Amino acid sequence: MNDLRNPLQRALGLGSAKEGVNHWWRQRITALALFFLGLWFMALVLMLLHGDYTSVHATLADPINAVLMLVFIIALFWHMQLGLQVVIEDYVHTRWLGVVLQIAARFYAVLAALLAALAVLRIALGR
Amino acid sequence: MDHTRRPLSPHLGIYRWQVQMVSSILHRATGIALAVGTLLLLGGLLTLADGSTAFAAYRSFLAAPLLQILLIGWTWAFAYHLCNGVRHLLQDAGFGFAKPVFVRNGWIVVLLSLLLTILAWAWIVLAGCAP
Repeated sequence: MNDLRNPLQRALGLGSAKEGVNHWWRQRITALALFFLGLWFMALVLMLLHGDYTSVHATLADPINAVLMLVFIIALFWHMQLGLQVVIEDYVHTRWLGVVLQIAARFYAVLAALLAALAVLRIALGR
Repeated sequence: MDHTRRPLSPHLGIYRWQVQMVSSILHRATGIALAVGTLLLLGGLLTLADGSTAFAAYRSFLAAPLLQILLIGWTWAFAYHLCNGVRHLLQDAGFGFAKPVFVRNGWIVVLLSLLLTILAWAWIVLAGCAP
C-alpha cells in the first residue's frame, strides 16, 4: 500500500493531531478508576449522610478512606478536564473563546484538585 | 463557496430522535453537570477540614429546598454518567454495536440510572426518618 506519510511519522503513531491516543487512553483509564471510586464515594456519602461531625471526620481520617479519597480527587478532576476539553473542542467555534475556556477548565481542575487534596490531608493528619 | 451549503453532520433538524443520539447527548450534558457538581465535593471537604461549625453551615445549605432538588438531579446525572460510561467502555472493547443491542443497552442505561436514583433517595429519606 502507498503510504504518503514519512516512515518516522508512522513509527511514532501520533497521527495528524500530533497527540496519538494519549487523550483517549487517559479518559478511559480514569473512567475505569472512577467506576470503582464513584461507587465507593456514593456508598460513603450515603453511609455518612446522617452521621455527626466527629464520626464523618473520623471516617475520612481513616488511612484507607483518605487515600481512596485522594485517588478519587485526582481521577475525578483529571477525567473532568479531559471531558470538558472534548466538549469545548466540539462546540466552541470561536477561537479565542475556546482557548480561554480550555485554560479556565485546566486552571479550575488543578486548583480544585489541590484544594480538595489539601483538605483531605488536613483531615487525615489532624490540623 | 457552494460546498459549504451542503447539510453538515450532525444536522439535528433532519434527525428522528432515537435512544442512540439521546444517550450520547445526555452523556455530555451529565458530564458538564457533574463538573459543576465538583463544587459540592469541594465545599464538603473544605468545611469538614475547617471544623464542625463550618460543616454544620454547609449541611444546612444543602438542606435548602432548591439544593435538595438540584441534588436529586445531580444524583441522576451521576447514576446516568456511571451506567452510560460502562456502556461506552464495553463499546470501546468492541461489544454492543449491533443496532438492536445498541438500542436495548441505551434503554437499559436510562432505566437503570432512574432506578439507582430512586434507590439512593429512598435510602436517604428512610435513613433520615430512623431515630
